[in-house]
Amino acid sequence: MTTVSMTVNGKEVSGDVEDRTLLVQFIREHLTLTGTHVGCDTSQCGACTIHVNGVSVKSCTMLAVQADGADIKTIESVAKADGTLHPMQAAFQENHGLQCGYCTPGMVMSALDIVRRIPDVDADQVRHELEGNLCRCTGYENIVKSIVAGAKAMQAEG
Amino acid sequence: MYEFKYSKASSVDDAVEKLKASDDGKFIAGGMTLIPTLKQRLASPSDVIDLAGAENLAGISTDGSTVTIGAMTHHADVATSDDVQKAIPALAVLASGIGDPAVRHRGTIGGSIANSDPAADYPAGVLGLNATVVTNEREIAADDFFTDLFETALNEEEIITAVRFPIPDCAGYIKFPNPASGYAIVGVMVAKFGNDVRVAVTGAGASAFRVPEMEAALAANFSADAVADISISADDLNTDIHASAEYRAHLVTVMAKRAVALA
Repeated sequence: MTTVSMTVNGKEVSGDVEDRTLLVQFIREHLTLTGTHVGCDTSQCGACTIHVNGVSVKSCTMLAVQADGADIKTIESVAKADGTLHPMQAAFQENHGLQCGYCTPGMVMSALDIVRRIPDVDADQVRHELEGNLCRCTGYENIVKSIVAGAKAMQAEG
Repeated sequence: MYEFKYSKASSVDDAVEKLKASDDGKFIAGGMTLIPTLKQRLASPSDVIDLAGAENLAGISTDGSTVTIGAMTHHADVATSDDVQKAIPALAVLASGIGDPAVRHRGTIGGSIANSDPAADYPAGVLGLNATVVTNEREIAADDFFTDLFETALNEEEIITAVRFPIPDCAGYIKFPNPASGYAIVGVMVAKFGNDVRVAVTGAGASAFRVPEMEAALAANFSADAVADISISADDLNTDIHASAEYRAHLVTVMAKRAVALA
């Protein structure tokens, strides 16, 4: 067992893990932050997308030990503590950007990374940038609308 | 995954020491291939030695005639680098098309070429641009680097530290991607250096290879028409559920024409 320490959603956490423990297992099973999902477990679907040191990463394809000392943000950090949704989450709600919701945490985390890189992102860019996130329900149309609307709302908020 | 012991290397020398001390150790760079391989139990190293913290392995520099990319530089950083976009835009295009954004935040150029995946993008870039692979032991010309399916000229304890690309007059890269994985079914890098032209193909064979007939034709007439009638033999090309060897041979010509048009 190896002891890993990292900052998750602004809190210092540590735990003893096997070296082969995936970061997503550490997040879900050790920290019980189950908002981060495991869809395919083969780095295709993006349901496990989180932010590591400020950039999007598929947490099923990173070892917990590799994240030792890292700054991690999961979907649980996105809404305000009082439950007020982040503009991107609100945009998903308003635009019906989800059906079953399984892919949504990864979609929102990827969306925030897209806006970080392309603040005024348009629909074509969103479609291209979402190539690492799969949704089996929506056909993507409303997800794309949600992300464009969420990006606008984030810009309006400054 | 089978069990293994993980350690972080502080430097290239430290990584080599750790590998020597292990029974059957493996280096990990970005892990975008190694971790899925471990998960499928297709590899069972005793030790996994992480190069992510090793000093002086990441970063991009240019001196006017070459662009040098540190082995641990992520694809996203190559894709968005001003230096790369200005000096070798085709290389930025290549990096921006690898995997997806999250994969590009983790995957590295050194890890990609050390793996010599037949469908990876970087081998065509390294070979087509006549890059030099710099290791802790020596410098290896691109022509000598990719030797076979998942095989390179690297020795057991050799670590890529950087890849040095000469800046071409112009270059173009395009792939016909597998729509699900994004891997190249066929990808072609064409680069012009004065009177010399290089054409390198990934995805089609066991490892990246050059097409001398196309290079000669393009040296005489650098236009898409010059390669339109040149087809390569399907013998020894890859066949899988996505594309037959004959289809890949056809795509080499199509992608070469498009790469020239982009250059």
